[in-house]
Amino acid sequence: MSYLYFPGCSLKGTGRAYEESLLAVFRALGIPLTELADWNCCGATAYMSIDEHQAFALAARNLALAESQGSPADGAVQLIAPCSACYLVLLKAQQCLAADIALCQEITIALKEEGHCYRGRVRIRHPLDVLVHDVGLSEIARHVRQPLRGLKIACYYGCQIVRPFALFDRPHDPSTMDDLVRILGAEPVSWPLKTHCCGGSLTGTIPEVGWRLNYLLLREAQRRGAHLIVTVCPLCQFNLEAYQDQIRQRYPDLAPMPVLYFTQLIGMAMGLPPRELGLQRLLIPVDGLMAALSKEGAHARA
Amino acid sequence: MAAIERRIRYESELDPSFAREIIAFSGSPSLMACIQCGTCSSACPLSLYMDYTPRRIIAMVREGFKQEVLSSRTIWLCASCYACTVECPKQIRITDVMYALKRYAIREGVHPPRFPIPVLARLFYNTVRRRGRLTESWTVLRLYLQTMPLRIPGMSSLGWKLLRRGRFPLRPEGIRDRQGLQRVLRVVERQEVTA
Repeated sequence: MSYLYFPGCSLKGTGRAYEESLLAVFRALGIPLTELADWNCCGATAYMSIDEHQAFALAARNLALAESQGSPADGAVQLIAPCSACYLVLLKAQQCLAADIALCQEITIALKEEGHCYRGRVRIRHPLDVLVHDVGLSEIARHVRQPLRGLKIACYYGCQIVRPFALFDRPHDPSTMDDLVRILGAEPVSWPLKTHCCGGSLTGTIPEVGWRLNYLLLREAQRRGAHLIVTVCPLCQFNLEAYQDQIRQRYPDLAPMPVLYFTQLIGMAMGLPPRELGLQRLLIPVDGLMAALSKEGAHARA
Repeated sequence: MAAIERRIRYESELDPSFAREIIAFSGSPSLMACIQCGTCSSACPLSLYMDYTPRRIIAMVREGFKQEVLSSRTIWLCASCYACTVECPKQIRITDVMYALKRYAIREGVHPPRFPIPVLARLFYNTVRRRGRLTESWTVLRLYLQTMPLRIPGMSSLGWKLLRRGRFPLRPEGIRDRQGLQRVLRVVERQEVTA
């Protein structure tokens, strides 16, 4: 199956390592990803707060581009959206257009102005869904070269990949990432905050509120014995990682906790070079932790 | 001494058409089916910071407390995590109601002044309309300059770290077919005005 790939704005900025590791992992699995040419902003939260119909038009333009650029399998073009906000907004637009004929007509007329046409034949996928359900855990296991033994991980799903559209996992207690982490040789810790909100852009707009939400997530991960947190969304990753200094000034009980994209973790287990996975872009590095673990492992084996 | 003011509203001061407008705006007619159980408020990770909990907002929308609702901080604190929407026993799309209230408040210009969230929404909107994509670095810089200039020194070390790791690229992003996208958005806008 071939996939088109919709990066979204964050994967070209603060979330560059997500794009790098995603592409590296899919390449190593032998699945080519083609970037959607001339994609535009998905129309996320902030745009939706100003004008809903225009936000839907933004999403629909991307879907129309996907239809014209992709080759359909089972009647639909597969479009991978790694950012949770993009994933949700594209899905939401798709469902609203399918349910509301007047809205659909309005958007169709607007797209036609520029020769775009959207016929509802795109399947929007999150890479976690694709890796677990299309590629399959056993196939990923076959590619594991350096099992991440001894590593305890808090899997963070955040909100928007399972809510409100729970298409590939449960909205309250998702488990696909936990299963994936186990295949990589690591141990997922039981962590009830896995879908609790990171605050989205509140960390930037009302820091006191946003930082507190992230403090709660980090503290609970720490309490549960996690060495690191793994996320599926650029905004979650940024919120949990970037503000740890500021959070620690207020809540000194917090130790530095690395926060990785799940694709970085897969790449590490597959033995891909750290630079290809963008590990050098982390603010809280993992090499020390990995070295300590492998030493411990060698000790245990001896 | 503080002025003594009436603490309740007379029915004649409420706006009976407000609920209808919000239903049309949010596409969630089930708003009227709310049983005031408060599940939304308990599911909401931000309700403890809100001036009115989501349950109260729904009640106030239905009764026509337009001014209070539109100038509340609640609607801006909603981070769209959809926890309430998933939990609501009456299937009210509460997140979409919050979006509708944000749009209404921006249109009427009644949000709290210099409150960063609507400023960010505007910045986001204007940039995407002009260029088709957002450049995170510039958006964040502008947001801080416009709403929180005093916080910039405290954040500069983070900015520097991100810059050094290539995570704060300053080269503005944009699509090739900007004019085409702008025409599409203008057609949508025109249709909305006539609708």
